[in-house]
Amino acid sequence: MQLTVWTYEGPPHIGAMRVATAMEGLHYVLHAPQGDTYADLLFTMIERRAQRPPVTYTTFQAQDLGRDTAAIFKDAVAAAYARFRPQAMIVGASCTAELIQDDPGGLAKALDLPIPVIPLELPAYQKKENWGASETFYRLVRALSGSPTERSPREGRRPSCNILGPTALGFRHRDDLIEVRKILDALGIAVNVVAPLGASPADLGRLGAADFNVVLYPEVARAAAQYLEKTFRQPFTDEVPIGVGATTRFVEAVAALAGVDPAPVLADAPSRLPWYSRSVDSTYLTGKRVFVFGDATHALAIARVATRELGFRLVGLGTYTREFAREVRAEAALHGIEATITDDYLDVEAAIQAAAPELVLGTQMERHVAKRLGIPCAVISAPIHVQDFPARHSPQMGFEGANVLFDTLVHPLMMGLEEHLLGMFREDPEFHDGAAPSHLGRTPSRIADAVERAPNHPPLASAPVPSLHVQGADAVRTAPWAPDAEKELRKIPFFVRGKARANTERFARERQLPLITLETLYDAKAHFGR
Amino acid sequence: MRAERGQRAVFCGLTGIVWLHRKIQDAFFLVVGSRTCAHLIQSAAGVMIFAEPRFATAIIDERDLAGLADMNEELDRVVTRLIERRPDIRLLFLVGSCPSEVIKLDLSRAALRLSQRLAPGVRVLNYSGSGIETTFTQGEDACLASLVPELPEAAGTDELLVVGALADVVEDQFARLFADLGIAARFLPARRARQMPAVGRGTRFLLAQPFLADTARALEERGARRIAAPFPLGAEGTTEWLRAAADTFAVAADRFDAVTAPALRRARQALAAHSEKLAGKRVFFFPDSQLEVPLARFLSREMGAALIEVGTPYLHRGHLAAEIEWLPGGTPVVEGQSLDDQLDRCRTARPDLTVCGLGLANPLEAEGLTTKWSIELLFTPIQGYEQAGDLAELFARPLDRRARLEV
Repeated sequence: MQLTVWTYEGPPHIGAMRVATAMEGLHYVLHAPQGDTYADLLFTMIERRAQRPPVTYTTFQAQDLGRDTAAIFKDAVAAAYARFRPQAMIVGASCTAELIQDDPGGLAKALDLPIPVIPLELPAYQKKENWGASETFYRLVRALSGSPTERSPREGRRPSCNILGPTALGFRHRDDLIEVRKILDALGIAVNVVAPLGASPADLGRLGAADFNVVLYPEVARAAAQYLEKTFRQPFTDEVPIGVGATTRFVEAVAALAGVDPAPVLADAPSRLPWYSRSVDSTYLTGKRVFVFGDATHALAIARVATRELGFRLVGLGTYTREFAREVRAEAALHGIEATITDDYLDVEAAIQAAAPELVLGTQMERHVAKRLGIPCAVISAPIHVQDFPARHSPQMGFEGANVLFDTLVHPLMMGLEEHLLGMFREDPEFHDGAAPSHLGRTPSRIADAVERAPNHPPLASAPVPSLHVQGADAVRTAPWAPDAEKELRKIPFFVRGKARANTERFARERQLPLITLETLYDAKAHFGR
Repeated sequence: MRAERGQRAVFCGLTGIVWLHRKIQDAFFLVVGSRTCAHLIQSAAGVMIFAEPRFATAIIDERDLAGLADMNEELDRVVTRLIERRPDIRLLFLVGSCPSEVIKLDLSRAALRLSQRLAPGVRVLNYSGSGIETTFTQGEDACLASLVPELPEAAGTDELLVVGALADVVEDQFARLFADLGIAARFLPARRARQMPAVGRGTRFLLAQPFLADTARALEERGARRIAAPFPLGAEGTTEWLRAAADTFAVAADRFDAVTAPALRRARQALAAHSEKLAGKRVFFFPDSQLEVPLARFLSREMGAALIEVGTPYLHRGHLAAEIEWLPGGTPVVEGQSLDDQLDRCRTARPDLTVCGLGLANPLEAEGLTTKWSIELLFTPIQGYEQAGDLAELFARPLDRRARLEV
C-alpha cells in the first residue's frame, strides 16, 4: 500500500479515455462501478469539451454483484452500439471490475457486433494513465491499421507522414499540432493521418499509406510507432520539437525522412527566442537556478531550453514517468545532478527545498509547492488545471512554441532592468525590500522570508509532513549571527539573500565557528563565489 | 413516482470526505482503495488538495492483491506513519471503497485493532464510501452512522439533536434560533471529535439533510426519536423545520413567531429579488444528492418555477413525506437513473434550467440548454433564513448570465 494525497497520473483507464475522447466514431464501454463517471468531468470541465466523452459505463452497484454483472456488461455494449453506431469499440474494465473478473473482451465478442471490438487489458494495480493511453493507442493501431500494402513510389508525389500522439486532456496538444502542421506544410510534406486526436477508426486503416511517422509525445505514441515501423516499414522520429534547438533538429530529422531540403524552413530566424535571449536585458537570467519536473517529454525538453537557450543553471530535474527514467537520469548527469524519479509529491517538495532554486518549472503540483515556498514558478507539464487549457494559441512546440516558452519561463522572474534597479537603489523608498515588483501580484517581503527560511525550515509550522524530509538539516546547530553581520546581510538583495545566508551558515558550520561575523559573511562570499 | 435503472452519472460516497473533513476539524479520512479513488478525490477536491488536507488514500497495489504483502500489516504500517506525521489527529476514519469491499478487506476489524493500539490519543472508525454501496451524499450518511454507536449516553433530559453537516455559519444561526426558542440543541457531527453530542431515550432528533437514512436508523436504535419535518431550505422550509422542533418541545406559538419573524421577513425580502427571474421557469433535475426533492419544492412553491422532472438517486419516502406532499400534484419524481434515456427526455422537454453534474453541464450548455451544476449546492451554505436568497441566486444566476451574454 502506498499513502497518497496527490497523484500525478490517474489509473490506466483514464489514459484509454483520453484516446477514445480524442477520436471520432469510436466508443468505449467501461465495466466500472457507480461513481467512476467522475472521469467525465476532467474532459468537460478541465478541457472544457462541449460533448460528453464517448464512454458508456456499466455503473454496477453492490446489489448487482450477487447477480450477473457479466449480463449488465453485455447489455451496456449492445445498448451503446445501438445508440451511437460507432465504427469501432474498445471494451475494458476499471480497477474494481478487474477484481470481479468478468471478461469484457470475451463478453463483447459473444455479441458478434458487425464492427471491430477491441478488448483492452489495463492492469490498474500496476500501471497508470500514460501507460493506459499508450497501450490503448497501440491496440487500436494494431487492430485497425490493416495489413501491409505497397506504397506508391515516392517520385512524382509529395512525401507524406502521420502525426502520432496528441490526445484529449493533453497539455497544449491542440496548439502543438497546429505548429507542427505548419512546419510540415512549409517543408512540402503532406499529413496523411493525425491520431488519436481527430482520427476515426477508418482513418487508422489509412496509416500505412504514409511514408513515415512523426511521434510528438513518446509517452503515448512510441509503442504504436514501433509497431508501424515493423509492420509497414515506416521509419519514425520522436525528436520532440520543444525549444529552438530541438525544433531545428526536428525539422532536419523530418526533412531527412522525407528527402526534402530543410534550409528554407530554418532560414530567416524563425523564432524570436534567440534574439530575446541575447538581448542585454536577459543577461540577468545567466545562471539562475532552475528546478524542472514533469512528464519525461516535457521535463527533458524544458531542461534543455532552460540551460542551452536561456542560460539558466539546472539545479534539479525529475519526472514521474518511470518508463523514461533512464533518459532523464542521463540528462541530469550532464549537469552534475541526480534526477528525482518519483510519483510522490512530498519527495519532489523535499528535492525542491534542498536545491533552493530561484525558479521552478513543473506541473500544477509544483506550482503549489513553489507558491508555499515563495519561489517563482511556471507550468510546463501535465497534470494541469483548467487555466492551462487556455483560449489563446499557446503551443510549446515549434518556433512559435519557443516564443511562448521564452515568455512563460521569464515572466515569473524579475525583469532584468527591474532587478538591477532593486539592487542599486535598495535603500530608496521606491525600491526597498517591501516594495512589490510592478508585475508580480504578491508581496516581496513574504518571498524574501520564505526563500531565506526555505533551506532550513518547513514552510508551515503546522504541517509536520514536509518536516520529515528536512530533519537532517537541523541536526547540526548553526552559529548565531552577530548584529552587524545580520545588518550587512539585509543589504544583499532579497532574491539572493536566502542563498547568501545558507552559504554563510554552511561555511560557518563546516569550520565550527561560534559566531557569524561580518568577516565570516565576506569569507563565505569569497569561498563560494557566484 | 417511478424507479429507473441503467447507467448512472453520479459521484460515489467518497466525495463526502471533501466537506466532512472540513467540518470535523481533528478527524482524518483515510480511503483504502485504488489509484482511481485517489484520482477521484483529487478531482473533486480541486485546489483544496494542497492545503494539507486531512484526507488521503492508501492505494492497494499488486503486492497486496497477490498476497505478497499482508494487507492488514500494510494498513497498520500506513496508519502508523500517518499518525506520526499528523499528531493533531484525534479521530481516524478508515473509508472503504469499491476495491476494498470487493476483496472483502475487513476494515471494521482493522479499525478495532488500530483503535486499541492508538488509544487513548486516537479513535479509529470505519465506514464505506464505495460507489457500489453509496451515492455521493450517502457517504456522509455512512460516516455519521458509524459515529452513532460511539456517542456518549445522554443523561435522560429532553435534548434536541440536529443531524447533518452544516456550514459553520448556518449551524451558528440555527444554534441562536433554538436558544431563543428555549430549546437545548446539539449538532451531529460536532466540530471536534471529543465534543460529539450524547444520545439516549430522551433525545429527539431533527434531520437537517435528506440523505441520512442509516444515521437516523442508528439513532433510533439508541432510543432517539425523529421529529418529522420538511428540510430547512427557503423561508417556508426553514420555518416549518423550526416549527416541528418548537411543537415537539412545546414552545408557545407567540414566542415562536416573535423569534422567527425578523429572519423570516429578511428571507422573504431576499427571495423577492430573484422571484422575477425564476417565476414560470421550467426546471429539470438530474439525480445527484437527494437534495433534489426539497430543492424542487422550494423552487416551485417559493419561486414559482415549474417542474418538468425531479431525479433523485434514492428516495426515502418516510423522511421526505412532508416534502413530497408539498410538490405540485403530478410532478414526475424519478428514483435512480438511465442516463441516455433521461438525456433524451431532457432534450425533448428543452427546460429553461437543468440542474445536473459537471460531466453533463457543459455538453448540455453546448446544446443550448441553461444549466446549474449541482455539486455547488453541497459546498455552499444554503440552509436557513439568511441563506434563502443565496439559494435562489444559485439558480437565478445562470439564467441571468445567459440573458447578458451577446456572443
